[in-house]
Amino acid sequence: MLIAVITLSFLALAFGLLLGYSAIRFHVEGDPVADKVDALLPQTQCGQCGFAGCRPYAEAIATGEAQINLCPPGGETTMIALADLLGKDPLPLDAEAAEEKAKAVAVIVEQECIGCTLCIQACPVDAILGAAKQMHTVIANECTGCELCIPPCPVECIHMLPIKEEPGSWKWPSPDRQGTESIDTATAFG
Amino acid sequence: MAVPRSPGDGIDRYGNGIRLGPGKIMHYPPTDRPQRRLYRFHGGLHLPDNKSQSTARPVESAALPKRLILPLQQHIGEAAQPLVAVGDQVHKGQMIAAPHGAVSAPIHASSSGRVVEIGDFPIPHVSGLAAPCIVIETDGRDQWDPGLPEPIIDLTALDPEELRQRIHNAGIVGLGGAAFPTSVKLRPGPRHRIHTLIINGAECEPYISCDDMLMQKQASRVIAGVSILRHLLGAEKCLVGIEDNKSRAIAAMTRAVADYEQHRMQIVTIPTLYPSGGEKQLIRVLTGEEVPSGAIPAHIGIVCHNVGTAAAVADAILEGKPLISRYVTVTGEGVAEPRNLEVLIGTPACELIGQAGGYTKAISRLILGGPMMGFTLQDDRAPVTKATNCLLAASVTEAPPAAPATACIRCGDCAAVCPASLLPQQLYWYSRAKDLEKAQEYHLFDCIECGCCSYVCPAQIPLVQYYRYAKNESWAQERDKKKAERARQRHQAREQRLARIEAEKKARLKKKKDALAKKPAAGKGSAEDPKKAAIEAAMKRAAEKKAKLASAGNLPGNTGNLTADQQRKINQADARRKEASPGGNPEGEGQTTESQDR
Repeated sequence: MLIAVITLSFLALAFGLLLGYSAIRFHVEGDPVADKVDALLPQTQCGQCGFAGCRPYAEAIATGEAQINLCPPGGETTMIALADLLGKDPLPLDAEAAEEKAKAVAVIVEQECIGCTLCIQACPVDAILGAAKQMHTVIANECTGCELCIPPCPVECIHMLPIKEEPGSWKWPSPDRQGTESIDTATAFG
Repeated sequence: MAVPRSPGDGIDRYGNGIRLGPGKIMHYPPTDRPQRRLYRFHGGLHLPDNKSQSTARPVESAALPKRLILPLQQHIGEAAQPLVAVGDQVHKGQMIAAPHGAVSAPIHASSSGRVVEIGDFPIPHVSGLAAPCIVIETDGRDQWDPGLPEPIIDLTALDPEELRQRIHNAGIVGLGGAAFPTSVKLRPGPRHRIHTLIINGAECEPYISCDDMLMQKQASRVIAGVSILRHLLGAEKCLVGIEDNKSRAIAAMTRAVADYEQHRMQIVTIPTLYPSGGEKQLIRVLTGEEVPSGAIPAHIGIVCHNVGTAAAVADAILEGKPLISRYVTVTGEGVAEPRNLEVLIGTPACELIGQAGGYTKAISRLILGGPMMGFTLQDDRAPVTKATNCLLAASVTEAPPAAPATACIRCGDCAAVCPASLLPQQLYWYSRAKDLEKAQEYHLFDCIECGCCSYVCPAQIPLVQYYRYAKNESWAQERDKKKAERARQRHQAREQRLARIEAEKKARLKKKKDALAKKPAAGKGSAEDPKKAAIEAAMKRAAEKKAKLASAGNLPGNTGNLTADQQRKINQADARRKEASPGGNPEGEGQTTESQDR
């Protein structure tokens, strides 16, 4: 009896120490789930989910505080990817978010810009270039299309322009979407 | 997919069975049996070759068009950047757009004339979209650029790198259709020693005969180019693979090789089997080696070039001429006189149709490329580019509209014919379900889009389109991911910067506060407020100065030594002011009045 008690206590102590040691030795900084969620989000930093950027939203999803269907720029694809990652059921997006918006970039009408720097302060990815009383411009390559610069502009000189389709970025449509009549629709010549 | 199908089973009207069991495929006659041992790739199709229509007439040079439209992107890689402006005079062969980036090619003026426009024009692309082009109005003189490089006769006298640079500057890209910059392929890197150069003269796609005609007419030029390529790659042997349905080309090439006494070069006749002209398939047929999935031939010591590319290389080195023209097949029931033309790059497609006798009534659609891998050209004003090998003016029977697809019956015909040994059915399911990861697991990117699976599919499913869609989606996802990662980094950098600025501001404020807290402790007793003390000190200094001046008999210039008239005016003004507002400051105001009077 005594031997059993001593043995078990000893084992409990040994494993306890081992677990305690490994908790310190193999400690993981940050939240790996939040990192994975963050990697799936589109990083527009637009705040449409109600959080101040993609990272806070990812953390909220990781802790279970937020639903997975709050990201309109990511659309259904992101929602499904999140559902896959977290083992949750897919949720429908809000009616407004569900309709896919064409990708766009902000463009500043430079003749109208008064150089107030308000948009520069609003841009989450530093994609607007300019200084006080100098006209501003958007670095199109870096713009995520989050539209956060539009409300602060006092002269309404920022517009969202859809990204022009180029042969390089053109995508073959799915044959499903267009029915069986393929892209090879006959064109009349001669 | 433009697949010729007749109603019904659609294939047997040509007398070619397609359900080929192993062993039934190689059908070349015993007399033509090559000495070299050949191998076969998986699958493949015997297609009616339909090449005789365009090979019957001799090759002609296409007439000089009024306008040449030269797209800035005619190759894989980065688009070239214009070197000319609207209004500039250009000579034939002058570089008008410079390469940009590691994988790129320059563009040259195909004839002399004036640059009239630089802007978006329809290009030969499946989307039918417009892209940046340089438009040259030709002057008809066809004057060569005097600044062309000198011809090089002795290859060994020059550094290979210099030759590669010459080929790069000549704007040469793979003319077989992919348009990959040739100079990049000629630099396999020190890790890959190239032992075999393969020259692709297979031209397996039906209707196309431009390589065939090039080999017939300019065999020695091709062979000269091949020997330059071999020299640059340092390959010991060189195999030229030509399908056995091009007997005249084989004869011409064999003669040319004999003239050159190229003991390291061998013309190999290979059986006609679509798609033996695919790079990996041709390597398999000629050497028996398989290029691993996701690898390029250089990884197994082989480099493959097209015959047209070899001819262009010969021009660039031996004559100093850049790539400004190529052979193009204009064929199909939709043109009156199908033929091959030597065409200046940038010539609009409609002009070539005109020189092939114009459209006939049978025209249903214009296909760029062959019936298997080509696409419908949506605007026949689009120009011929470096990659254009064929204009197929197809009739309804040649390229019938796609029949409605029915459900897959899992017959497995597609897997039997796939030359890349893939499982087209699986790829189809995953592509359709947008499960791109799974599709990639099934080697989606090894698909060469040859169209064999779509051709044999009894359910008429446009399989290749699904694969193209899945490939494009995969690339788009990759692009989006990269962009998102960049946005995340920039956002993080911004957050860090804002935090740093905030911290710096706080530190500054704290320092100021500390400094203020210290000051009163040092000067305690003199005054509670340092500002007040400063004012008092200043007033004291002023009073002292005034007293000093007064004691010296110096009155300020504006109140002392006044004339009688001035004094009278001052008095008058004082009196007026007193009337207007009793209790003003007569002395100060008096000064103003005085100065105004002056």
